[in-house]
Amino acid sequence: MAKAFLSGNEAAAHGVRLSRPKVVSAYPITPQTTLVEKLADFKAAGEADFKYIMVESEHSAMAAALGVSMMGARVFTATSSQGLLYMCEMLHYVSGARHPIVMVDANRATAAPWNIYGDQRDAYAMRDSGWIMLFVESGQEALDTVIQAYRIAEDPSVMIPVMVNLDGFTLTHTYDLVDIPDQALVDRYLPPLHTTNKLDMKDPKTLCMTVGPDYHAEGRLLQQKAFDDAEKMIIQADREYAALTGRGYHGMLEEYRCEDAELALVATGSVSGTARVVVDMLRAQGRRVGLIKIRSFRPFPKAYFAGLGGRFKGVGVVDRSISFGYEGTLYTEVRAAMYGSPAKMQNYIVGLGGRDIPKEVVVQMYDELEKTVNGNSSGEMRFLGMRW
Amino acid sequence: MNKPKVGCNLHLPTSYDDLYFGASTGVGILPSVNSGFRTFHPTFRQDLCIHCSLCWIYCPEGCIDRTSGQMEVDMDYCKGCGICAHECPKKCITMVRDGEDDG
Amino acid sequence: MAVNLKTLTEEELFYGAKTCQGCGALMACRMVMKVVGPKSCVAIPACCMAATTTVYPQSAIFVNNVVTAFPGLAATIAGMAAGGEAMGWDDDTTYVAFGGDGGTVDIGIQGLSGAAERNDNILYVCYDNEAYMNTGVQRSGSTPEYCWTTTTPTGPCSKGEEGQLRKNLLEIMAAHRVPYAATASVAYPMDLLRKVEKAKAYKGCRVLHISAPCPTGWGYDPARSVEIGKMAVESGMWYLAEYEDDKLKLTYRPKALEPVEPYLKCQRRFRHLKPEDIQEIQSVRDQGWERLAALYEGVR
Repeated sequence: MAKAFLSGNEAAAHGVRLSRPKVVSAYPITPQTTLVEKLADFKAAGEADFKYIMVESEHSAMAAALGVSMMGARVFTATSSQGLLYMCEMLHYVSGARHPIVMVDANRATAAPWNIYGDQRDAYAMRDSGWIMLFVESGQEALDTVIQAYRIAEDPSVMIPVMVNLDGFTLTHTYDLVDIPDQALVDRYLPPLHTTNKLDMKDPKTLCMTVGPDYHAEGRLLQQKAFDDAEKMIIQADREYAALTGRGYHGMLEEYRCEDAELALVATGSVSGTARVVVDMLRAQGRRVGLIKIRSFRPFPKAYFAGLGGRFKGVGVVDRSISFGYEGTLYTEVRAAMYGSPAKMQNYIVGLGGRDIPKEVVVQMYDELEKTVNGNSSGEMRFLGMRW
Repeated sequence: MNKPKVGCNLHLPTSYDDLYFGASTGVGILPSVNSGFRTFHPTFRQDLCIHCSLCWIYCPEGCIDRTSGQMEVDMDYCKGCGICAHECPKKCITMVRDGEDDG
Repeated sequence: MAVNLKTLTEEELFYGAKTCQGCGALMACRMVMKVVGPKSCVAIPACCMAATTTVYPQSAIFVNNVVTAFPGLAATIAGMAAGGEAMGWDDDTTYVAFGGDGGTVDIGIQGLSGAAERNDNILYVCYDNEAYMNTGVQRSGSTPEYCWTTTTPTGPCSKGEEGQLRKNLLEIMAAHRVPYAATASVAYPMDLLRKVEKAKAYKGCRVLHISAPCPTGWGYDPARSVEIGKMAVESGMWYLAEYEDDKLKLTYRPKALEPVEPYLKCQRRFRHLKPEDIQEIQSVRDQGWERLAALYEGVR
C-alpha cells in the first residue's frame, strides 16, 4: 500500500491501472481529461500494458469498447456530459448485450447553456440505459469503486456494465491523500475476466442479434433479474474489498448518524462530504439530524427506503439535477420508494452547473425540512443557493 | 447436396434457463426455408452445361451445388430470382414455374 | 494463390438470408466471405444484411458475427480487432465489417475515418445499393443524380435526387493513405474476388466499396442484377479501381463508354428522366471520366 497526493481523476486512473484492462478506448472531454491523460502516462512509463484506442468520438469510444468486450477482454472507458449523451445509444447496446464494461463519468452539466462544471444531469439522463450507476464521494472511493466495479460487472450472475460517477471538478480536480493498494492485493480480489458471452473460434457466436416480439420481453425480464443479483454483488464486492484493504463503503448506501435522527437528508456524490460536516455541526447543537448517502442509484436501494416507514419525521433529498416539468430526479426515485411512509418530504435543487454547495446551504436544507415537518412549509421542491 | 439444411443448429428455448443470454446465440441457424420467395425455379440442361461456375458464383443465395459434378439447386433456399438462367453463357438453365413439369 | 472459380471453396458462410430475390448485397457478402474464409469475425450494423441474417432464433451467418449500432460499425470492428489481439487470437484472423452505403458514407463515415487514420487491422466492406434500402429506399450520400427515392420523390417540382456527385469512398480512403482500398462490382466477380484476396493479405485498414444492385429499390426484374451491374460499369456510372502503393488505378477499362440511357431507362428509379436530364447525367459522367483520367492510372 502506497500513499499519494492525487486528484480524483488520477485516483480513478490508478484504480483502472490496478484492474488490468486489456484495452482502453476513450475520447477526451473536460473534466474527464486528466483521467485519460493519466492512463496514457501509465502506458508511456511502462506501468500498464493495455492497448489504448484513441477513438475519434465518444460514440466510437463505447462502440470500440463493446467490440473489445465481445472478444472477452476487459475494457475501460471514461467520459462526461455531452460525451455521455453522445454515446447514449451505445450504453443501451452494451447493457442489453450484457457486456461488463466499466466507465467513469465525470459528472458535468449538459448544454445549453454551455457549461463545463459539475452537476449530475448527465448521469441521470442515462437512468434507463440499463447500467449499474454508482456515485462516489471522494478520490479514494473512486479508486476503490473502479476496482469493485469490475468485480460487480463481471460476476456471472450480474454481467451488467457499471458507470462510476465522479463529480466534475469537485472530485475530479481536487487533491487528497489516497491509498493505492498493491497490485498483488488487487489481483487477489479481481481475477481475470472469464466470460462465455464472447466470440470464440471453437464455439462461434452471433452477438447483439435482433430479437423480435416473440422472445424480446423474456430477455428483458432476465436483465431486470440480473439487477437483483447486482444488488447482492455490490454489497458482497464492497465487503470483500473492505476485508482486504480495510476500506468499505457500506454497499448500496450509507447511513451517517441516522440512529436516532428525526431529519435525514438523502444525497449522492461529493455533497455527501459537506453534509457529513453539517450533520456533525448540527449534532453538536443537539439537533437530531442524519445523512443517507446513496452509493448505488441503479440498482436503486428500494427495499431500504420502502422499509423506512415512520423512522424519520422528515426526509429531504438533495438533487444536483432536475427533470424539467416535474422535480429533482433523485427525489422522484426516493419518494416513490417511500410510498406510504408518513415522513414529510422535501426536495432541494442545488449545485447546478458547478454552483458551490457550501455548508450554509446544507444547514438551510435541514432548516427547511424542519419547517416542513412542523407544517410551516410552502412547497415540496425548492432551489437553494440561488442568486435571487 | 452439400448445403446447410433447414433446422440446422436450431434450438428453441423452453424456459428462462434456456433463453439467449444478452443478445447472443450460435451461428449457422436456419429456422425456416426460403422457398416461399419463389415462383419459378431453375432447371439445368446438364448436357449443355460447361461447368463454368458463373451461375454458382453469381447466385446470391449460394444455393447451387456443384459437388456431385453436376449443377444442382438447393430448392429449400433458392428464391427463384433467375440470375443463374439470365447469366448462363450456354443458356442451359430454364426458369420453370413451381409445380409445373421440369421437362 | 490467385483466385479461381474452379477451386474456390464450396463452403457457404452466408446461407439462408431473408434478403429479397436477386439481392446484390447478399452477393457481395457471400463473395467476400468465399475468400476471407471461416477464420474471421464479421460485424454488420443495423441494415439489410443484419435484418435478414440474424433475427433470433435465426443466424444465417456461419462464422463469429455481431450486429453493431448503425454509426458504430467501424469502431466496433476496430475494438474487436484490438480485443482479439489483446486476447492472443491468431494473427491471421480477419475482422470483416459489412456496411451499406448509408451506414458507411453517411452515419458511419466518422468512425470509419477514425479507424482508417489509426490504421486499425480491419477489412471494411461497403456494399453500395445507392440508398437506405432496409428502411424502404430513402436517399443516402451515395444516391446518384436524379434518382427517385422515397425521400427524393419525383413530380412537377422535383426530378429526384438533386446532388450531382456521390461521395467517393475510394478517394476518401486514399486520402487517409490506407494500405489498400478498392471499388468493385458484384457483376465482375473475378475482379472482386481478386481484390478481396489482395486486401486479406494486407495488415491495417483495408476498404472495399462494392456496387450491389438492388432489384427492390432500383426497380427491375431480380434476374437482371448482374446485367444491370455490368451496364453500370460499361456506361461509366460505376468504375472498378484500386488504391495501392499510394496510387489510384483502374482495374477494368471499358473499351468505350456505353451511353448512360439504356442503363438508366431499365430501372424504375430513373424512368421519369427526360432526354435533357439523361444528357446532363451523361455529361457529368464525361466530366467524371476526364477527372479519373488525370488522377488514375489505366484510364487511357
